[in-house]
Amino acid sequence: MAGYILRRLLQAIPVLLGTTFLIYFMVFAMPGDPLLALFGDKTPNPALLERLRQEYHLDQPFIVQYFLYLGGIFRGDFGTSFSGEAVSDILARTFPVTIRLAIMALIIEFVGGVLIGLVSGLRKGKLFDASALVVSLIFISLPIFVIAFVAQYIFGIQLGWARTTVSTGAPIQDLILPAFVLASISFAQLIRLTRASVIETQGLDFVRTAYGKGLSRRRIIPVHILRNSLIPVVTYAATDFGVLLVGATVTEGIFNVPGVGRTLYQAIIRGEGPTVVSFVTVMVLIYLAVNLVVDLLYGLLDPRIRYVK
Amino acid sequence: MKIRRYGIGAVALVAASVLALSGCASSGSDSTSSANTAAIITANGSEPQNPLIPTNTNETGGGKIIDAIFAGLEYYDASGAPQLDVAESIETDDSQTFTIKIKPDLTFTNGDPVDANSFVDAWQYGALLSNEQLNSYFFEDIEGFSYDEDSPLTGLKVVDDLTFTVTLKEARSDFPLRLGYSAFYPLPKSAFADMDAFGQNPVGNGPYKLASDTAWAHNEKIDLVVNDQYDGGRKAQNGGLTIVFYASEDAAYADLLGGNLDVLDAVPSSAFSTYQNDLGDRAVNQPAAIFQSFTIPERLAHFGNDEEGKLRRAAISMAINRPEITDVIFQGTRTPASDFTSPVIDGWSDSLEGADVLAYNPDEAKKLWAQADAISPWGDSTFQIAYNSDGGHAEWVDAVSNSVKNVLGINASGAPYATFAEARTAITDRSIQTAFRTGWQADYPGLFNFLGPLYATNASSNDGDYSNPEFDALLQEGSSTADSATANEDFQKAQEILLKDLPAIPLWYSNVTGGYGETVSNVEFGWNSVPLYYEITKS
Repeated sequence: MAGYILRRLLQAIPVLLGTTFLIYFMVFAMPGDPLLALFGDKTPNPALLERLRQEYHLDQPFIVQYFLYLGGIFRGDFGTSFSGEAVSDILARTFPVTIRLAIMALIIEFVGGVLIGLVSGLRKGKLFDASALVVSLIFISLPIFVIAFVAQYIFGIQLGWARTTVSTGAPIQDLILPAFVLASISFAQLIRLTRASVIETQGLDFVRTAYGKGLSRRRIIPVHILRNSLIPVVTYAATDFGVLLVGATVTEGIFNVPGVGRTLYQAIIRGEGPTVVSFVTVMVLIYLAVNLVVDLLYGLLDPRIRYVK
Repeated sequence: MKIRRYGIGAVALVAASVLALSGCASSGSDSTSSANTAAIITANGSEPQNPLIPTNTNETGGGKIIDAIFAGLEYYDASGAPQLDVAESIETDDSQTFTIKIKPDLTFTNGDPVDANSFVDAWQYGALLSNEQLNSYFFEDIEGFSYDEDSPLTGLKVVDDLTFTVTLKEARSDFPLRLGYSAFYPLPKSAFADMDAFGQNPVGNGPYKLASDTAWAHNEKIDLVVNDQYDGGRKAQNGGLTIVFYASEDAAYADLLGGNLDVLDAVPSSAFSTYQNDLGDRAVNQPAAIFQSFTIPERLAHFGNDEEGKLRRAAISMAINRPEITDVIFQGTRTPASDFTSPVIDGWSDSLEGADVLAYNPDEAKKLWAQADAISPWGDSTFQIAYNSDGGHAEWVDAVSNSVKNVLGINASGAPYATFAEARTAITDRSIQTAFRTGWQADYPGLFNFLGPLYATNASSNDGDYSNPEFDALLQEGSSTADSATANEDFQKAQEILLKDLPAIPLWYSNVTGGYGETVSNVEFGWNSVPLYYEITKS
């Protein structure tokens, strides 16, 4: 087990180097001079521009810029943004917010999705099942910004149940509405995934055997059916956690959540190489960690899966 | 110029503002009786792009904070007229040497005195090349300034504690008018020891000050409280100001409707058709000091500085139906242009000689185009207008192109660049081979600021390389005339030349669109589209 984890961690190193290189190259290859954009429609004088270029190493060839950046990382220096803030500070400020939001969304979608999916699967073809399918279909087909705007308008402006945007420090109560919005689409996916998996498991031999032995439904459903149905569901939810951490740009924008997605988007637009690459590096780390945890979870859910070597 | 930036969707200069049903900006005094002088006003903003140093802040996100926490020699009132703030007097005989006296006994909030040195040192710092200040060009007219090497401003001389003199390279009659701009604010002595730390936690002398060492919560908000020591014309009528940073205008607008925001100075385009209904008489839509145009460089074939080029430029200008486009696409949040400046600027005129070239006139346009074709046939070339597609410009560029296409019967289209940076790079290195979108937001409320930097020969932002000695001479004449009315006449005459040459085709002025909540009153927007926060009262 420990050896397996160690091997997985070592695999992360080439993945990290490869992704940072690719991302750095893509930011570098973006057309246009990011410093010129700092001046808006005003043309700066060439001497000042040249000095700023030197300061951000933008006058160096790509490979030199990349190794300067990489060298900085090993010294714990992630570079600075154009506004003079250390990128490590930006990371430390934004990730906790997004992680909090992602965990809340994950709990909502997982609990809601699995419960409804389970009931749906057990009552296949009944009214509850049919309505759950229709509702999930609606959520899946709606773009997230539509859900976000509608939720903001109804719950924030009309009913006043929630704050329209997230206030300073992103407290939990303000994040509830954005978390529900973020959860909505995966929630619908999880309903369908759980339902299908439950229906399949229900027909398997060991479930029939369990019924035949006279076990109560109360024991069969959670222990035999649900647990064995969860493998695809957990895989999906874990991948989705990764997506939630990096892909909440739209929702974070609408609810003004000072998190990763919003900050990364701005950095991409401004062509701030160090900021973008640092964010992506952390995201890759998160993905790798999440994947590792999922693989280990499989073992818990299904004892047949063991990581011996 | 100040750059307006909103993170999501529009990093480019987003001229988000514009005109409004006039008059509704200040709403009576009925509620002032119940006003709470300790109430904190919340307003929208965006995360400053640079450290909060006056000479390094060139965009509105940081600009509104800087203006609130610093007081310069002058400030601009709602109409854009300069009023003395820290200065007791600004005097000159020849518009070249200025003697500036400062009011006695003023201090920064940390106790440092506001004296002649706090201005001179701050300006020296801002102008020095190696300090890489984005606003350094503001000092270019002062003797000793150099763009190419570190060179002290020899034109600044401290006479005594409260007096200093400024000598310019040449006469500039509008120099006193510029002194209200943030680049000219003073800095306390303590700033120079560690400018990086100062930029994160600035100490000023304005109507507000930072509430604490941690008042600036990056990407979230900044908390300002009233500075009791401030005793100028901008005395705060409320208890403080919290500027909340929004990544999108939509989020800010939702907060205004949801009651979480008191004052908004940028209505999102998605709400253009509804905000006047949503807000009623609390909606604001009034002209701003933002001029929009597209520039046709003279190096383009058929658009040279000759008879053919002039005919074609005039024909294109007359082929654009400005009122229809501002109505349909911008829902009345733009005002069709009648000159090269802005209606909020003193000296603006809608009746310049030759301004009829800006009116929609398809027959005349066709006629002029045919005359140009007689000189040199257009053939089947395409007329293109370049724009950055990350700034919401596609719609109007398409509308303008279609207007030109339909009237003149030629091929016309937009030429999108993916990002603002890419478009600016092509424009700056002169590799662009089409007409391109240009916009200008004034730094200070003067006609010269709309003309000199953009159309004077070899001027810094003369992206179309326009050059006309007659125009340069009139600008020079206006600049050296002490009397502002006479100067404005020169600037108007200079514009009449521009209307003939059309180095850029004027389109419209942006309006400032905003609104405010039910609990606040006395909301008035300044000439630069930023609300005068210090006047606002809250019940």
